[in-house]
Amino acid sequence: MAAVKQTVEHVAALEKYQHGFVTEIEQDFAPKGLNADIVRFISAKKDEPEWMLQWRLEAFERWQAMEEPAWAKVSFPRIDYQDSYYYAAPKTKEGPKSLDEVDPDLLETYKKLGIPLKEQEVLAGVEGAPRYAVDAVFDSVSVVTTFKKELAQAGVIFCSMSEAIREHPELVRKYLGSVVPVSDNYFACLNSAVFSDGSFVYVPPGVRCPMELSTYFRINAENSGQFERTLIIADKGAYVSYLEGCTAPMRDENQLHAAVVELFALDDAEIKYSTVQNWYPGDPETGKGGIYNFVTKRADCRGDRSKVSWTQVETGSAITWKYPSCVLRGNESSGEFYSIAITNGRQQADTGTKMIHLGANTRSRIISKGISAGKSSNTYRGLVSAHPKAKGARNFTQCDSLLIGKQCAAHTVPYIEARNGQAKFEHEATTTRLSEDQLFYVMQRGLSQEEAVQLLVNGFVKDVLQELPMEFAVEAQKLVAISLEGSVG
Amino acid sequence: MLKVENLHAAVDGKEILKGLSLEVPAGEVHAIMGPNGAGKSTLSYVLTGRDGYEVTGGSATLDGEDLLALAPDERAARGVFLSFQYPLEIPGVPALTFIRTALNAQRRARGEGEISAPEFLKLARTKSAELKIDFEMLKRALNVGFSGGEKKRMEILQMAMLSPRFLILDETDSGLDIDALRIVSEGVNALRSPDRAMLVITHYQRLLDYIKPDRVHVLAGGRIVASGGPELALELEKAGYERYEAAA
Repeated sequence: MAAVKQTVEHVAALEKYQHGFVTEIEQDFAPKGLNADIVRFISAKKDEPEWMLQWRLEAFERWQAMEEPAWAKVSFPRIDYQDSYYYAAPKTKEGPKSLDEVDPDLLETYKKLGIPLKEQEVLAGVEGAPRYAVDAVFDSVSVVTTFKKELAQAGVIFCSMSEAIREHPELVRKYLGSVVPVSDNYFACLNSAVFSDGSFVYVPPGVRCPMELSTYFRINAENSGQFERTLIIADKGAYVSYLEGCTAPMRDENQLHAAVVELFALDDAEIKYSTVQNWYPGDPETGKGGIYNFVTKRADCRGDRSKVSWTQVETGSAITWKYPSCVLRGNESSGEFYSIAITNGRQQADTGTKMIHLGANTRSRIISKGISAGKSSNTYRGLVSAHPKAKGARNFTQCDSLLIGKQCAAHTVPYIEARNGQAKFEHEATTTRLSEDQLFYVMQRGLSQEEAVQLLVNGFVKDVLQELPMEFAVEAQKLVAISLEGSVG
Repeated sequence: MLKVENLHAAVDGKEILKGLSLEVPAGEVHAIMGPNGAGKSTLSYVLTGRDGYEVTGGSATLDGEDLLALAPDERAARGVFLSFQYPLEIPGVPALTFIRTALNAQRRARGEGEISAPEFLKLARTKSAELKIDFEMLKRALNVGFSGGEKKRMEILQMAMLSPRFLILDETDSGLDIDALRIVSEGVNALRSPDRAMLVITHYQRLLDYIKPDRVHVLAGGRIVASGGPELALELEKAGYERYEAAA
């Protein structure tokens, strides 16, 4: 496997958290704190129509009446929601029209992150090399979207959320908040009030999106929250594959990230959504700093025979609270969830999925691989449920946990509810410790301890890595290696 | 080749090897026989550098180089190979990937270039055919769901492909039926050469009918208590270890 080799080669050359740099760019901030005026400020900054502002204000009102949830197996000091900036944008007079207008420092940042932002560079690449369109979100604002023209030719809309609100209000109004309702949960509600930008995708009926779509999120400004909102709609018979990547600089203060992602798949449509999350995890010794990643992701398999597949590689963040889910509404619709969650140092992750079977003969599949090292805690939390009408619903769940070292923890909390007699659910779970015997065996064959751990871990997560688009699988594999550096011995 | 002098080693503070001395010159095959608990497996782990096997005295050198100062992977790169009594399962890692990763790690450590993919595959095909291993099996996760005999054959395949200089076979015959034993032994014998040395650890004389040793040593109570030619193994088969255990 070339990727294993590559991991082994790359790991020595890489810093522990190599994305921990700050870009000095003039920022436009909203005043610190949160109130209705801030919500108005954000909406005004984005030149939003009245209906959007009302939607936000209503969300804000509901949020004020809500309580921060406490059921997840994570602990952190109380968040002071008034001590954060809710809007930070790179300072430009108007939104950039083309790449030439984008701040060169920003482009430099994305270059450091390895994002092929410049179309010409990508186009100049080797023939047959993978091409993917990128929407880059810097702190709160979508900076640039590439390949717009080519996508438009196929009828695909790929733009920032702000632009979609202005240019495609009928689509936004129809779908926004309809699978993650405004008051779904505390963080989704907060997002609904203050979301600043994100990506919007619409693939028209029968269209297979001609390239991978990708968004890179980067938190740069200090004490700023990032609240993106992503909306992807695959119309009847459409197909789209979307990848999200995330990084942040190292800070002493924890930063809040509360995104909402909504996916809609109509009849016979398919959406593949992959995430490689590498937010700054905080100081490995003290746990100081790092991102609080409280994200709501949900897909509505609205159409018959529709299909949504979530794949996530979660290696970063101080705290991860995230359950990408599928509402299997259409008959014979199917949902998949493939997850690798790695925690090291003092990281805490509580992640999993919900597969809600509503339609007849719906199918779902969950493969979760949790790896805990250092003094971290890693919880899988999942729900599989079948409605009385979901005759013939089927689920297969496999949850594997791997422990490295003796001070980490792994938990599995599956909820299974079948409300009809014809649903068939299977659940398998294992917990293993990376054994000294295995490590010695591999080292006796010539691999260093670090290489041996990587080989064994890569073997453990292989089922999930296979689900990622090729070029990202290699990136993910590198990440897996980096996040486990120094986890043994 | 290998020179062990007055070696003392402890596990969990309990001394297992108590002044073991042994010399295996290049080109020779030496057998180590002895009762349960004599320290046979401990010797193989100490020579390969396993964690938890603490050397409390003495020395072990390979061609004059101090083995005990090296990490397990460094010893492997210098050509020390242990065929495990109980080979480990490596889920999710195909046997081919595993062997190639190991081979390249060793080659890098020795400052040699990595083996090319076609060259590697050719080597794998040749060696697996010699050991009557179905090539398709090498695409499966190493040792996962393999029978005892298959695992042992896989050890010998790794050995043949990594081409070590100093080979330790720990109870390689255990769990093998007579056909598998013959195939494995042929594989081992094919590796005999003037610049290699082998240490064959075994309970029974049976294996030595197939892999003929130049010397036989009796290990009891943490020391070599007797050494002789191949005839010593036959004698042990008849008389047992009692006499030596008493002596130890």
